[in-house]
Amino acid sequence: MKHHYLLPDISKPGRVGCTLPSLDVPEGSRPPEELLRQELELPEVSEVDLIRYFTALSKLNYGVDSGFYPLGSCTMKYNPKWHEDVAKLSGFAALHPWQPEEQVQGALRLMHELQEYLTEVTGMNATSLVPVAGAHGELAGLFMVKAYHQDRGHKGRTKILLTDSSHGTNPASVAMCGMETGVVASDDKGDLDLKSLDSMMNDEVAALTLTMPSTLGLFDPKIAEIARLVHERGGLLGGDGANLNALMGQAKLGELGFDYVQLNLHKTFSTPHGGGGPGSGPVCAMENLVEFLPTPLVAEEKGSYRFVAPTKSIGRIASFYGNFGVMVKAFAYARSLGPEELKRISEDAVLNANYLKEKLKPYYHLPYDRTCMHEVVFSGKKQKAKGVGTVDIAKRLLDYGLHPPTVYFPLIVSEALMTEPTETESKETLDEYIAAMKEIAGDAAENPDILHSAPHNTPVRRLDEAGAFRQLDVRWEMNGKKK
Amino acid sequence: MPLPYLPHTDADRREMLREIGVSSVEELFEDIPREFRNARFSVPAPLSELELKKELRRLANSNTNPDDYACFLGAGSYRHFIPSTVDHIIGRSEFYTAYTPYQAEVSQGTLQTVYEYQSLVCQLTGMEVSNAGMYDGSTSAAEAAMMACNMTGRSKVAVVATVHPTYRDVLHTYCRGKDLALVTLDAESGDLPPDCACLIIQQPNFFGYFEEMDARVQKAHDGGALVVAIVDPTSLGMFRPPGDYGVDITVGEAQPLGTPTNFGGPYLGIFACRKEYIRRMPGRIVGKTVDVDGRPGYVMTLVTREQYIRRERATSNICTSESLMALAATVYLATLGKAGLRQVAELCYHKAHYAADAISKLKGYSLAFDRPFFKEFAVNCPVPPSQVNKALLDQRIIGGLDISHLVDNSVLLCVTEMNTRQEIDRLVKTLGSL
Repeated sequence: MKHHYLLPDISKPGRVGCTLPSLDVPEGSRPPEELLRQELELPEVSEVDLIRYFTALSKLNYGVDSGFYPLGSCTMKYNPKWHEDVAKLSGFAALHPWQPEEQVQGALRLMHELQEYLTEVTGMNATSLVPVAGAHGELAGLFMVKAYHQDRGHKGRTKILLTDSSHGTNPASVAMCGMETGVVASDDKGDLDLKSLDSMMNDEVAALTLTMPSTLGLFDPKIAEIARLVHERGGLLGGDGANLNALMGQAKLGELGFDYVQLNLHKTFSTPHGGGGPGSGPVCAMENLVEFLPTPLVAEEKGSYRFVAPTKSIGRIASFYGNFGVMVKAFAYARSLGPEELKRISEDAVLNANYLKEKLKPYYHLPYDRTCMHEVVFSGKKQKAKGVGTVDIAKRLLDYGLHPPTVYFPLIVSEALMTEPTETESKETLDEYIAAMKEIAGDAAENPDILHSAPHNTPVRRLDEAGAFRQLDVRWEMNGKKK
Repeated sequence: MPLPYLPHTDADRREMLREIGVSSVEELFEDIPREFRNARFSVPAPLSELELKKELRRLANSNTNPDDYACFLGAGSYRHFIPSTVDHIIGRSEFYTAYTPYQAEVSQGTLQTVYEYQSLVCQLTGMEVSNAGMYDGSTSAAEAAMMACNMTGRSKVAVVATVHPTYRDVLHTYCRGKDLALVTLDAESGDLPPDCACLIIQQPNFFGYFEEMDARVQKAHDGGALVVAIVDPTSLGMFRPPGDYGVDITVGEAQPLGTPTNFGGPYLGIFACRKEYIRRMPGRIVGKTVDVDGRPGYVMTLVTREQYIRRERATSNICTSESLMALAATVYLATLGKAGLRQVAELCYHKAHYAADAISKLKGYSLAFDRPFFKEFAVNCPVPPSQVNKALLDQRIIGGLDISHLVDNSVLLCVTEMNTRQEIDRLVKTLGSL
């Protein structure tokens, strides 16, 4: 099968991909003609062709199981195989969300224990498992902030402060809750600039949201002062928990002064990323925000479990109770970890990032030369001066069979290479990556053409993105029919 | 307990610390003020794989498993046959352990399957363009409302009362969050208040019956509003697609396409619209292009709509979505194909009508709505639905959803190809005995 084939190319009238039962009841009367569909053009593919087609496509992909995947802020840690097996148990996967609570006590208990575990790890008071992705949890958090201030009659607090190193989802979520964004600058150490915060933190500000450690992989030692300043002036401190992996078993966000935080179970709690989801983005809250959490939460009373709605809840944010299938995997992971294991995870994650930092520092510009946490951000500035962009470095890494770091983010570092090795990588893997990056730095100086033309041995080479944008082709049509 | 996914030996750790130039790992955490570093983590002692598998199997088995019962629940989550091809393909770890295809050269598997998904959704809905998928049907509907407000510059959203109640709850949350007005329209009234950004209508609706679409679409358009239709993708194997009746944005729950009911998630939101609106659409879109050697390939396109480029000016904040479920839907639709999807829809239709006919002939029971329906129908019962469902459970039947708060003494029953004639006959017999 040629690899540029699409489903219509392997379709022929009369082929089928599976068998179905025949009708075992008498046919009912036909529905009114005007409701019926005239034609349905879908591919007709045999099972064997279909399996070969998708298997061939899977081989064009690179996942954590293929190799090192140091995508910064994405925490691409290994996903234990047995978690997949337990999530598929039919006593979980076949449950219908409308079954009465007494029929699903096992599922509710699992959710309740996961809530408790996440509440404890973050040092907060309650957790809602409903948000299905990080950005979804972030939006829920901002809805909570808005509801909190409205509840207290503070209608004028319509601004959310965030840092210039924040994730793109942060300002986008602010826009979705009808608020304005204010950007607090970073100082020359990469931390939040207190003077900038001091000048912006007025009675129009509803909250400051921070990623801790930041997207620069740095922990801000002034966190207590920041929290105090925000709280003194009537604001809330919100957390983007994308980088929780660095704090597991070390420090609690609640004790650091955060009022709420959204987590990413597909990052920190090891559930697979699925090529872009499903994720799970629980939101944890301190006492002042507990009653605003998205509904429902699971409550326990004398060993029986039921759904409850917080009294001032922002309401429903999804059809049902969150991505339960992801929760099962996160629960399996969480229950494999006691206090010591939690700590070892963050220790090894931080150790790995600092090891990469020290080993690669001579070859790549390090904008913030200090101890980092779970990720390290280099700049391709030196190479850029020789005409080699960070994109070229990333593409050249693909030739080595390695996935590149996150590139061109955070925005405050030029030519950024945001590298998060995670704790699941061995020293040998890190050394392999370091050797590749050294060679690439050498080639950038002496043989830049090999970087400009990279990658060379991937299924396709550099793709014409501008062309894709100019001449939009976002679907096929059967039989070449055009609308 | 040593963990199989922490590969460092103590010797590795020592050597790495030496290379870093610190004497202990604690030194690496010194930016965290000392007062916060004594946090106690009161979590249970860790368990091994064997112990946890047992514990999880025990929890799973303690639930009432619909696979061991006859189940007639629907209302936004549907039990359909999933061919084994789906699980085997989405279970390939090249797909499920990858992330968002930021590096297109090593993500062609994900990117090409998204292109297939977008194409199949368009074929199915009759819409011109589709994105790569949203969280679920309800958030797709909320995002469609936001998009309609952005496009029309209006701040009022109209939703018909027959739309799924939890979808209306989610719409309410999003609208309140963004300071938009949400107006609920009477089931039978076709009139839209002035200055609405959009009309949101479900086909078939929450109660299972078909709405009269053409006139309502016309009226909404006359008032300058867009029309957002919420559809059940399985129904489109047999019934008119929204592209045929002039809908501007089509959304819906794609869970029925190859994803189990999963106690409510993960699911997948369909989002498709007219081509001219593509630049206002939320979520990822994959486009076809060529590489430097002229070979065909796929990339994420129109990325300037997305949050990591445009930040607060993005069309949505969505980033991680439900990519693997979109792959499941792709494999499902490709496996069933033209004939299979039609057959599934027809099985649902005829079995549901067989059940409805028999139940409506029982003394004390009647259909709550005398309208054409697909696979769901509301039934008025002679006794409270809670009592009905209790009696059914004794016969190993999970009954319909109790909707007494919406329609007096009624349950919403759903019949799909999963329900055999024997199951339906058992349901009817038990109902008749009450």
